Amino acid sequence: MSQAGKRSRYVLKRLLHAIPVVLAIIVVNFFLLQLAEGDAVDVLAGEAGSATPEYMAQLREKFGLDQPLPVQLGVYMKNMLSFDLGYSFRHDMPVSQLVLDRLVPTLLLMVSTITLAVGFGIILGLVAASNLNTWKDNVISIFALISYATPLFWVGLMMIVVFSLKLRWFPTSGMENVAMFYEGWDRVKDIAHHLVMPTLTLSLFYLALYTRFMRASMLEQASMDYVTTARAKGLTERRIVFVHILRNALLPVVTMAGVQVGSLIGGSVIVESVFAWPGLGMLAFEALFSRDLNLLLGIFLLSALLVVAINLVVDLLYSFLDPRIEVG
Amino acid sequence: MNTSSKNTDSVVATADSPVLRIENLYVQLPLGSERRYAVEGVSYDLAPKEILCVVGESGSGKSLTARAVMGLLPAPHVQYEKGQIVFQGEDLTKVSEARMRQVRGGEISMIFQEPMTALNPVMRIGEQIDEVIRFHASQPRKLRRQLALQLLEDVQLPDPSRIMSAYPHELSGGQRQRAMIAMALALEPKVLIADEPTTALDVTTQAQILRLIKELQAKHDTGVLFITHDFGVVADIADRVAVMQHGKIVEIGSVDKVLNHPEHPYTQALTDAVPSLIPRMAKEVVSAPILEVRNLVKTYRSGGGWFGLGKPVKEVNACDSVNVVLNDAETLGIVGESGSGKSTLARCIVRLLSTDAGEIIYRGQDLCALDRSSMRPYRSKIQMVFQDPYASLNPRATVGRIITEGPVILGESKSEAQSRAREMLELVGLDARAFERYPHEFSGGQRQRIGLARALALQPEVLVADEPVSALDVSIQAQVLDLLADIRDRLQLSMVFITHDLRVAAQVCDRIAVMRLGQVVEQGPTAQLFDNAQHPYTQELLDAVPGREWSRLRALS
Repeated sequence: MSQAGKRSRYVLKRLLHAIPVVLAIIVVNFFLLQLAEGDAVDVLAGEAGSATPEYMAQLREKFGLDQPLPVQLGVYMKNMLSFDLGYSFRHDMPVSQLVLDRLVPTLLLMVSTITLAVGFGIILGLVAASNLNTWKDNVISIFALISYATPLFWVGLMMIVVFSLKLRWFPTSGMENVAMFYEGWDRVKDIAHHLVMPTLTLSLFYLALYTRFMRASMLEQASMDYVTTARAKGLTERRIVFVHILRNALLPVVTMAGVQVGSLIGGSVIVESVFAWPGLGMLAFEALFSRDLNLLLGIFLLSALLVVAINLVVDLLYSFLDPRIEVG
Repeated sequence: MNTSSKNTDSVVATADSPVLRIENLYVQLPLGSERRYAVEGVSYDLAPKEILCVVGESGSGKSLTARAVMGLLPAPHVQYEKGQIVFQGEDLTKVSEARMRQVRGGEISMIFQEPMTALNPVMRIGEQIDEVIRFHASQPRKLRRQLALQLLEDVQLPDPSRIMSAYPHELSGGQRQRAMIAMALALEPKVLIADEPTTALDVTTQAQILRLIKELQAKHDTGVLFITHDFGVVADIADRVAVMQHGKIVEIGSVDKVLNHPEHPYTQALTDAVPSLIPRMAKEVVSAPILEVRNLVKTYRSGGGWFGLGKPVKEVNACDSVNVVLNDAETLGIVGESGSGKSTLARCIVRLLSTDAGEIIYRGQDLCALDRSSMRPYRSKIQMVFQDPYASLNPRATVGRIITEGPVILGESKSEAQSRAREMLELVGLDARAFERYPHEFSGGQRQRIGLARALALQPEVLVADEPVSALDVSIQAQVLDLLADIRDRLQLSMVFITHDLRVAAQVCDRIAVMRLGQVVEQGPTAQLFDNAQHPYTQELLDAVPGREWSRLRALS
C-alpha cells in the first residue's frame, strides 16, 4: 500500500476509534456532574430571592430535571445525535451557539501559546545545550527555573500592573476594543495587540518546560553513537548539531507538547479570568457556578473533541518526523 | 567458505614506510579513576596495505588509542597527554581542528561496533553517504549519487538504489554494517579503523563482513587498524597483532608469532582461554529424560486492532513445533543465531512465557497444563541464569536479598534462607561478605556468579542458562564456564545451555540442538555434530566460526 493510502486508512481508523471514546466521555461527564450538589433551579431560585417550593418544582418540570437520571441521559443522548447540545437557561441561548462563539478566542489563544512555547522552548534549549555550562546556559536555565516556579495568575497580574497600568503599552483586558468598530486589518491588529499579554502569561510555564526538556534531549542525543559516526565522517560541529542531533532531539519534545495541548485548555481558565478573555475557560467557570449543566456538558464535549483531534494531528506529525513510526 | 587463507605466513609490506605511526602515546583518564592513564606509552606502526589487529580485553585501552588517532577522545573526561600520532609525515596531535576534519572521513575513516546505533535513525542511507562525499570533495550531485551507488554495490548490498532511499531500521544488522563500510571507504582513505566491527553480528554474517573488509582492503590498498577481543577473528584477518593490557602493549608481532608462539604470559593466558573447537569428552549419556519438550509452539503476534483496521497481522513463529529432550545430569546445548527462537525456548521452559501449543514434561508432569498456583511447587525445580549480568540484578537490592527472595517466597524461613545464601556465595567463589553489598560493587564476572548463586539457592534440578558468558571477557568467560562445569558435576544438575558460540558449546555441552527460524534443524551428541554435521545450516555455522583453521592447527600441535 502506498504511504498516502496508509495514512488515509490510518486517519479513518482513528476517527472510528474516536466514536466510542466520545460516547464514553459524554456518559461519564453526565454522571460526574450529577454528583455536584444543587442544580440550575436552586441557583435561579436563590437569585430571585423568594421562590416557593411549588415554583421550583414547576421550573424543574419545565427543564426536565424532575425525570429519573437514566431518562435524562437518554434524552440528552438523543438530542446529541441530532447535534442539539441543549439550551442554556442561564444565558437564554442554545448551548451550541454559545460554545462555538467562544471557541474561536480559545483556539486563538491556544495556537499562539503553543507556537510561542514550543518554538522558543526549542530554540532556548538548543542554545543552552550547545553552550553547556557557559553563561548562556546558566542564564537560560535560571530563567526557565523561575518561569517554571512562578504561579500563572501572579505573572498575569504583574504584567497588567507593569505593561498596562504603568507603561500603558497593552490593554488590560478583553479581546478587542469593541467601542472602536474596527474593520479588516485594523481589527486584526487590535486583536493581536490584546493577545500579547495573555499569550505571554500562559506560555511562560510551558516555555520553561520545553526549554528544559529540549536541553536534556539534546544532551542525551549528543552522546549517541551516530554522533560519533558523524564526527568520524569529518562533518562540522554546526552540521552535526543542526542536522543530526536536532531532528532526533525534537521527537520527545513533540510527544510531550502533544500530550500537553489538552491540559492547556484547563490552564487557560486562570489566564482567561485574569485578562477577561472571552474564551471557553471563562465560560466553563461561569457555567460551573450557575449550575448550568447543559452548557458545562457542551463545553466538556467540545474540549474532548478538540483533544481527540489534536492527538490525531500530533500522531500524524510524529510519523512524518520519525520514519521508524509506521502509521497503520 | 573458509575465511582463513594462509595468513600465518603472509606478512605483507612491512618494508614500506608506515602510513600511520603512533609513538609513546599517553591518554589521561579523569582524576580518581582506577589508573592514571587509559593508554600508557603505546607505540605501533601501520604499514600501507597491512591489517594490524589490536587485541585486548575490555578496559585495555585498545579503542581509546584508535579514538585518539581520529581526534575523537570523549573530552573533557579523557584527554590526550603526550606522544605523537604521525600520519603520512604529519603529527595529528598538533594540527588544527579544520585540518583534522579533512583527515577524518577523508584520509582516515572508522567503522564501529554497533551497526544498530552508529547510523542516524531518521536519515536515509543515501543522504548519510552523500554527506561524507560532499564535505570532502566538491562534486555535482549527480556524480555523488553515482559514486554512492557504486559504493553500495562494492559492499555487495542488493538493489543499491533501494538501499539509498532506505532508513537504517529497514536494513538488517549485516546490511547496516555494509552501509557503514561503504560510507567509510567513500573517499578511498589511506587508513581504515575498524572498532570491533563484527562483534554485534551473527557468526555467519561476521564471516561475510570479515571477508568483505579483507577484499576491499586488498582492492584499495588500505591500511586497516582492526580492534577486536576475539582471537578467532585475529587468526582469520590479521597480518600483524598487537596485544594490549591495562593501557600498554605487552606483545606485538606477526600473527604466527603472537598466536602460535606467544612470549608474554598475558598473551599465553588469553590464547589458552579461547575455547577449543574440539568437543570435550562426552559423558556417558543415560537415557533418563528429566525434561521433555514436545511439539512446542510459540508465536508472537502484532498488529490487528479494532474492526480489522489495524496494521496487517504479523506472525513470528519463534518456536515452531520444537522437540528436545534433556536427560538426567546432562547438558543440552541450544545453538542458533539471533532470531532462531533459542531464547524463547528457554523462557518457555522456565515458564516465563506462556506457550501456544505443545507440552513441557518435567518428571512426567506437563508444566504447560498447570495454572499459576499449581505451577508454584515446580518453580524452584527449573531455574534460569540470564545473559546480561548488569541488567538482570536489581540495583536497589542487596546481594543477600536477591538470593534469599526466592526461597523466602516459596515458604522457607528467613534465617535458613540466609545461611544457605552464604553457602551458595561461597560455592560460586565469592566471599560470604558479599551478602550485604549491592550489585554495582561487583564486576561483570562476579555479577554472573551472583546470578548463578541466586538460581542455585532454590535447589533446582534443571538449570537453564541463557547465553551466560557472552557478555564477559574471554578470561572471565573461561572462569565462569569452569565454575558452571564444576557445580553441575558436584550438584548433579541437568542443564539447558543456550549459546550462539560454537566454541563454548563444544566445551560445555554433551548434546547439541541447532535451531534456525524457530525449528530444530539437527540434534545429536556434540562430537558427532562437530565431526559429521548432517544439515547444511549446521555445516554453515561450523564453517563460519572465526579462527577455525588456527584452532585446528593448535589442536594438532
